[in-house]
Amino acid sequence: MSLGLLYGLAGIALVAMGLYAALAARHVLRRLLGLNVLGSGVFMMLVALASRTTEIAGRPDPVPHAMVLTGIVVAVSATALALALLRRMHRHDDSARLPEDRLP
Amino acid sequence: MAAEVHALDFVLVVLLLWLGWRALASADLFKAVVQFIVFGLLVSLAWVRLGAPDVALAEAAIGAGLAGALLLDTLARLGRKGATDEVRPLGLTPARAGIALASLGLVILLVASVLALPESWPGLTAPALQQLGASGVTNPVTATLLNYRGYDTLLEIGVLLLAVLGVWILDAEAALPAAPADPMLSLLLRVLLPLTVAAAGYLLWVGAHAPGGAFQGAALLAAGGVLWHLARPLSLPASRPVRAAVVLGFAVFLGVGVATAVFGGGFLTFPPAYAGAVILLIEAAAMVSIAVIMVALFVGRPAQGTK
Repeated sequence: MSLGLLYGLAGIALVAMGLYAALAARHVLRRLLGLNVLGSGVFMMLVALASRTTEIAGRPDPVPHAMVLTGIVVAVSATALALALLRRMHRHDDSARLPEDRLP
Repeated sequence: MAAEVHALDFVLVVLLLWLGWRALASADLFKAVVQFIVFGLLVSLAWVRLGAPDVALAEAAIGAGLAGALLLDTLARLGRKGATDEVRPLGLTPARAGIALASLGLVILLVASVLALPESWPGLTAPALQQLGASGVTNPVTATLLNYRGYDTLLEIGVLLLAVLGVWILDAEAALPAAPADPMLSLLLRVLLPLTVAAAGYLLWVGAHAPGGAFQGAALLAAGGVLWHLARPLSLPASRPVRAAVVLGFAVFLGVGVATAVFGGGFLTFPPAYAGAVILLIEAAAMVSIAVIMVALFVGRPAQGTK
């Protein structure tokens, strides 16, 4: 088993967990954690697959590395905006759940 | 970077999956967030193992550090009632069975496609290394970010700008009750802040030929800014200089793009003779902007009249 395959499969598992949590959880903060884990899984797949060029070219592919670097910054800024929206919803509705998830 | 799999890799992968799941499924959201922060730190170890030190630096500072601070801050603002969730937040119910099945189906598709890929692949490494001489830097990741795929990075800074505008547009929130002044925190700030600025400058400079660059430097600066805010609360959106710093990176990047389109070979096509200097200029401006934006994202929009 190669390093790329091991971490690639781990990335897939993280994508699945994150997706399940983002869709199944009721608390918005937990949904956001799910989206972040999903993102980490996608980044891990990209970087893992980039390591496949090491044998032929002598180093991992720098292009996916740059894409992941961009992705991390975009993910954290999107999370920050989503958290600000969550805090606003909580201030106005006194609930951290989306309207359809609230108890009647 | 060694390509063989060590026992360490298996331990790391098992820990990652366990912590990743606990970060999602812990009933106590505070525990979940703390586990998410530790998960982020372990992910950056995985980047090191996969030969991506540039990504590891950014992940440790941004993915684990800043994202963790943001999550904890929001959790504190939600209060005790807002932060409580179900006892089994992800427990399987009939309604969730469909989601679980869909996730499982995605796993099967992804595993099949990853297994179908060849074990070894030329990728874009060779072209990226061939053009390195004309890119102005010798770190291929920096060359990709600022030269080959400059568009991506320009638009990324645009996304950051939009995020901070979004946070500022939302109505003001009351400041958290101020903690009593902590002499240790002030002392730490006085010692750490100059070190942070020096280290960020070093990362910016070294990014041209070794792991580092504007994003990693900005993440360090932002960490310093967040610490500052915790010791002495800042009020960011009020002033003009802050707004100028927020748009600086995007404006300089766009200005360089327009200048190269008018006088040179095309939008963001740097002449090889000046590429190194141009990249350093863009990175310096971007570092200041990204750092200020990240601190602004953390500070949010404090209510009028609070410090």
